[in-house]
This record gives sequence, C-alpha cells and structure tokens, in this order.
Amino acid sequence: MAQPAGLLYSKEHEWAKLDGEVATIGITEYAQHSLGDIVYVELPRIGSDVKQFANVGVVESVKAVSDLFTPLGGEVVEVNAGLEGDPAMVNRDPFGDGWLFKVRVSDVGERESLLSPERYDEIVAEG
Amino acid sequence: MTVATPERRTALYEEHVALGARLVPFAGFQMPLQYASILKEHDAVRQRAGLFDLSHMAQFELFGEEVGPWADLLTVNNVANMKVWQARYNLFCNEHGGTRDDVLFYRRHDRWLLVANASNGEKIWNLLSSRRTSGVTLENRHGAAALIAVQGPRALEILTPLASTFDAPSLAEMKYYTCTRAAVAGIEALVARTGYTGEDGFELFVEGADAAALWRALLDEGKPQGLEPCGLGARDVLRLEAGMPLYGHELTEAITPLAAGQRWAVKLSKPEFTGRAALLAQAERDDFDRVAGTILEGKVPARQGYAVYRGDERVGEVKSASIAPSLGNRQVATVYIRKDAATEGTQLGIDVRGTRQGAQVVPLPFYSRRKT
Repeated sequence: MAQPAGLLYSKEHEWAKLDGEVATIGITEYAQHSLGDIVYVELPRIGSDVKQFANVGVVESVKAVSDLFTPLGGEVVEVNAGLEGDPAMVNRDPFGDGWLFKVRVSDVGERESLLSPERYDEIVAEG
Repeated sequence: MTVATPERRTALYEEHVALGARLVPFAGFQMPLQYASILKEHDAVRQRAGLFDLSHMAQFELFGEEVGPWADLLTVNNVANMKVWQARYNLFCNEHGGTRDDVLFYRRHDRWLLVANASNGEKIWNLLSSRRTSGVTLENRHGAAALIAVQGPRALEILTPLASTFDAPSLAEMKYYTCTRAAVAGIEALVARTGYTGEDGFELFVEGADAAALWRALLDEGKPQGLEPCGLGARDVLRLEAGMPLYGHELTEAITPLAAGQRWAVKLSKPEFTGRAALLAQAERDDFDRVAGTILEGKVPARQGYAVYRGDERVGEVKSASIAPSLGNRQVATVYIRKDAATEGTQLGIDVRGTRQGAQVVPLPFYSRRKT
C-alpha cells in the first residue's frame, strides 16, 4: 500500500506531520488494521514533556493492548479530545480525523531518525 | 524438549482465506479471528445472524449400551437419563473438583456425540481412552468432522428453506438443546439448536468433506438477510456478554464448576463421579473464591490477569474482559474473587497498569436476549 506523502514514519507504525515546530502524530493505516476495532486510546497529558520514541500512551482494541510511542520529542500541546467518545475514529481515518496528539518539537533534527513514506512502505511490505 | 507442530487447517481454511479472514493460531488450528471487524460481526449476530467455523472443536463419538452409566461416573451432570435427540451441557472434573473441561453431550438414536474444547481435545480423549470399559466404543473425530454454527435472530429463517429434518417435525419446532438428523442444502448433517452466543441458533455437524459446500450454501442463502461470517473474536465477546464460561478463563483445573457459577450442572445427588467428594465438601463449606460479573465505570478495558481490589485489599483477578456492545459499549469483566467481595453491588477496583479503575459487581449474564 502507498503511504501518504509529506509525513514521517516510525518503525513502530506512528506517523508525524510537521507544521513549523508543531508535529501532529497518529498511527498508520497498517497499525489500525493490525489492531482491529479500537475501543480506547490513552494519550499523554497536555503540557507534559515527551522524549523521542518514548512510550507515551496506549491504544487498545477489542483483542489487544498496544503501546504508543512518540516519533518526535517535545511538549504535548494538544490531544484529540474527540477520541474519548469515538476511539473508532482512529480506525476510520487514521491519517486524518483519527490523529492522536500534537507536540511542540524541541529538536527538529530528530526528524532525521524517522522514515520516508517509501522506506516505511518497504518495512510494511516486509511484514 | 518441545517440538513445534504446525497448526492444522479446518476443512474451511480456503473459504476463510478467500473471505479475507485474519487467521490466528488457536488450540493447534489456524482459525479466523475476524473477517471485517469483531464489533461488526458481533452486531450481525445480535441483530441478524452470523456464520461460524467451529471445526476446531473436538468431536468424539461414543457407542455402546454402557455409555450412559459410564459417562455418568466421569462427569458432574446426568448423562444416562438424557432422551434421544437431547443435548446437555456437562463438565469433567479432576479429583479436587477442578474442571478438566466443559463439554456438550448430544444423544443420537445409536450413539452419543461429545464435543469438547479444542484446547482440551487431547486431554479428554486420553481420559476417555484410559477409562474405557467393555460396552463402550470410542471414535476420535477431532479434525475430521466439521462444525458450522448459524447464530442470531434470523438463524431459523435462513436455515428453514435449506433444511429437511428427519427426527423433528421441523427446525421451528425444535426445542433449545435438542438435535435432529437433517439434510441441509442436500448435505447430511446433525443439526442441534445449541450455541455459544446468547442468541437463538443452530450448530451443524457434518463430514469435513462436505463443509465447504455447506458453508457456501449458507452464505448464499443468508447474505440477503444479513448473515455475516464471524470469527473467534466476535464469538468471545458474544459468549462473555451471555455469561458463558470459557475454558482457560472462568474454568480451569483449579476452578470448580461451583466456583464458576455452574452449580446447576453439578448433580451431587449422583452417587459417584470423579470429583464428587471435593465438590460436596466445597458446596457445604461455601467459603470458596468465585466468578462474578463486573461492569467498569470508565472506558478503559480490563484484561485477563489484572488484579482486583476491594479498598486496599487484593481479592482476586480478572478472568475475561471486553467492551460489551450490547450494554451500550460499557466495559465488562468476569473476576475470580473472594466470596465476601462477590456480593452484588460491591464496589471493586481493577488495577489497569498501575491505576485503579472502579468496577461494580453485577449479576451474570450481562446480556439476555428477549425471548419471543
């Protein structure tokens, strides 16, 4: 499957979209499909500082509990409040309305450790 | 040394692959966890109908005049007094009263069918074989015979045009927990009005070689009425809502049928059976840990093994848990806890990754269908 362009990806199947110094973060289509019906998302607190690749929350489906890692470090400035009432939004629109949280990135250079759409696509294809 | 054995495929493996199922190893078989979505499949069964491959379940055939009295010595419920074409839930216990397996017996005119959990198939087969007496003949059909279930409020109307019954006047006139020989889409089957979903429905026992043709005929007939293929994920949510125990969760070698809320199936009036003395003593003391239902206050799911507290005191652990779509998407859990914490209305706390989530003890089942 082709991965949306303009995003950066982690091996843990998160994506990040940088807009200036703020990154919007979510999980990929591949991740939501692997998890199945998502019933609960635990997100980091607004105002907390998170380090790149740190475990910052949990995504739970009917059958599985999965740790959530942040692809970029910084201060959490917003979380997707709509997911509390409708966590299945992550299944329906993982790259859009199903985004998870936003980080004011402390070091934009961290993006060098992330994957291009093409490289991430290869990882997904390898299974 | 452990030798890894590859998972077996049921006779319906190719059908699952063609339908895009996510296959997972389960009790030695590659089984569909889900096709499209666990929650959509759950909804199909509650509102319309679902189609399940249960061919991984262990089927044993028991022949001979002595089967009834012999099986009565090995199980807690009555076997010998079952009528022909009757089905009955039963449990095998160990000497301590713990549960070896929970099973169904189906009595046919010339034999009995015993259906055991897939994960316990070998254990129960070894038990049956080692305790066999003259007048009892056993045949292991595990993996050779197939089982397809149609479950849900539309199961009857989907099956009726396809089925001719031989030992019951019609499917509609069959009582719950009875069975009959039938031809379904021209295929010879034993059809039972049993299931594990909390809905009305039927289970169709057929030869493995006939399974794919029957599966397709049922999908063709049922599709216009909203029949959906359903995997083990949906089945687990359905049975949990319906308060039915699952071996390895609410029932184990250490959990007795009494503790799992299956007292009704334990016939202590039978003079002798494996585990009777232990179960009698446990029933008299009535001080044992037991399975209770809980509804969680929040939206955070519990999982098997999570610790359960009353105040600061640990009183047990979670055995099964899930979102319960039939209860307005509340989170529910069965817990195995001390007797004094299992009273209805008791406020408990479930430790979810270091945070206590409130939960209240409620009666089981969580969900009962409206009887028509």
